[in-house]
Amino acid sequence: MAKSLGPVKRKFSPWTEPSATPFIRFEDITKRYGDFVAVDNLTLDIYEREFFSLLGPSGCGKTTLMRMLAGFEEPTSGRILLQGKDLSGTPPYKRPTNMMFQSYALFPHMSVEKNITFGLEQDGLAKADIAARVEEMLKLVKLESFAKRKPAQLSGGQRQRVALARSLAKRPKVLLLDEPLGALDRKLREETQFELMDIQHTLGLTFLIVTHDQEEAMTVSDRIAVMDKGVVMQVATPAEIYEAPNSRYVAEFIGDINILECSMVGQPRPSLLAGHPPHTTLDSQGLMIGVEQDCKAGVGEQVAFAIRPEKVRISLDPPADGTANAVHGEVWDIGYLGDFSVFLVKLDDGRILRAAQANVSRLVDRPITFGDRVWLTWSVDAGLVLTR
Amino acid sequence: MKPSRFDSTILTLCFAFLYIPIIILVVYSFNASKLVTVWGGFSLEWYKVMWSNQGLMDAAWVTARVGVLSATLGTILGTMAALTLVRFPRFPGRMAFTGMIYAPLVMPEVITGLSLLLLFVAINIDRGFWTVTIAHTTFTMCYVAIIVQSRLLTFDRSLEEAALDLGCPPVKTFFKITLPLILPAIVSGWMLAFTLSLDDLVIASFTTGPGATTLPIKIYSQVRLGVTPEINAICTILIGLVTIGVIAASISSKRSELRRIRHEHEALRGPI
Repeated sequence: MAKSLGPVKRKFSPWTEPSATPFIRFEDITKRYGDFVAVDNLTLDIYEREFFSLLGPSGCGKTTLMRMLAGFEEPTSGRILLQGKDLSGTPPYKRPTNMMFQSYALFPHMSVEKNITFGLEQDGLAKADIAARVEEMLKLVKLESFAKRKPAQLSGGQRQRVALARSLAKRPKVLLLDEPLGALDRKLREETQFELMDIQHTLGLTFLIVTHDQEEAMTVSDRIAVMDKGVVMQVATPAEIYEAPNSRYVAEFIGDINILECSMVGQPRPSLLAGHPPHTTLDSQGLMIGVEQDCKAGVGEQVAFAIRPEKVRISLDPPADGTANAVHGEVWDIGYLGDFSVFLVKLDDGRILRAAQANVSRLVDRPITFGDRVWLTWSVDAGLVLTR
Repeated sequence: MKPSRFDSTILTLCFAFLYIPIIILVVYSFNASKLVTVWGGFSLEWYKVMWSNQGLMDAAWVTARVGVLSATLGTILGTMAALTLVRFPRFPGRMAFTGMIYAPLVMPEVITGLSLLLLFVAINIDRGFWTVTIAHTTFTMCYVAIIVQSRLLTFDRSLEEAALDLGCPPVKTFFKITLPLILPAIVSGWMLAFTLSLDDLVIASFTTGPGATTLPIKIYSQVRLGVTPEINAICTILIGLVTIGVIAASISSKRSELRRIRHEHEALRGPI
């Protein structure tokens, strides 16, 4: 859809500026339903014009958190501030937030036009202003010719657009999107992701999106909060979440990763030569692994070594002398994904490591096949040590 | 597949069982003879007699007024009861409330009628038009509550949340969003309530008084004096009204089904 992508995105990172004040602040929020703790003493800052994702499996509390911001639920304790103003006790119909519902929640007895007008009428705007705004919204979502249709006369993608237009019509300070693209098929979802980013950028609004789809969160967000059991595990940019997860949970939730149980060998030495990065050595059942990372864990402590499959090189030839990390194994299974092939390599001690290789040539029969003895190698900056 | 002889026999018997009494009733309403069981040629005589029977016409008018009024009151109360049952999962006395809603559905009408009669006697109200109306409201609201409740259970609450979210206060949300969407259930509740009121003999005979004889009571008392073909005539008219209602309802549901299919096709033809 969005053939014109709008202006080029500039660098945007208010969370790194100590002087920036958060736009939305969740302060020590706890939400209990009887004995069940949905959100557990959570604090989170979101900045103006940010595209922020709450990512986690179902039941992790992300939707509850969003519904508390919209006003449909009240926190058991803690408060939510919007531009420094406490929202406690403000009913949903008086909050400057609008929500796009997972089910779209379009009013079935009203036309597309009436659906979009509904929110504007509540504000008592002049008729001419309302008409102008509706026209602008229909144009934004490219549904000008559908104004008179009822929701039943629309396809899933069209309904999604109407829902978006309706929630944007009032120019909310924050737009809340609850699994907005869940009901769309893959191709349409990808197109709509870029469109959403474009709209957010053009209108300069703050978007808070709830999703369980990590790819979606990675594509659209400025920052992602990965949640589990009512707590935030990590808040960071998509690249940081992927490349520097702070825990096994985050590492395994986002993308594919190999995890090897290790123990620390020797205190991490801060490098012998000045200017060189610190170096940590791990022992994983006899396999020695060098990682270019400072690590707080002490000698003999159990840690995990994590490395993404695409950072593991696979080769039939033995590595050159002096290669930092190399291990020998046998190709056990191959997954051909089109753009990538994933090799499951059984190490001599029986463990399985995954290595992914981009399919850069159009060969139908790849040189590495089932049962081949292969070498897996990776550089010291490819993997990371996880202590929790 | 061609139905076997056994199947078609069963079918014929079922139809005969259901419709022969009605057909006899309708046919004899056009009988020229005064005797109900002897055919004396075609005539509209009994319709004329019926029309000029002031007692019968008065009873019909009372029944219509009681029906409309009690169905309307019953629908309002029943809808409110249904909303309470669905929207408030916990309140003191909920069990008792639910029980009272379901009770008239299973309670013998004689008991409902008698208890209402005792109530009216106890609080010393003169029995007549209003007592019948109140009695009918009492039992029809339960049917309405059940129908509206089942609609509300499938109602997508996020529609109301969306309205609130867009700045619409709760009461306005009810009238702008909830009510229009559950209206079909409310209308069918009203129609059922009206039919039940029209049909009721037992409760009406307990709670009515002088000057408020409903049609079923009138017909019943006339039949006890001997069946005249004018009873057949008025019953034929009632059957005609009900038949028209049923046909209209099925045509309208058929049309909305066709419209839904057409809308789906339109949606698929549009871009994206």
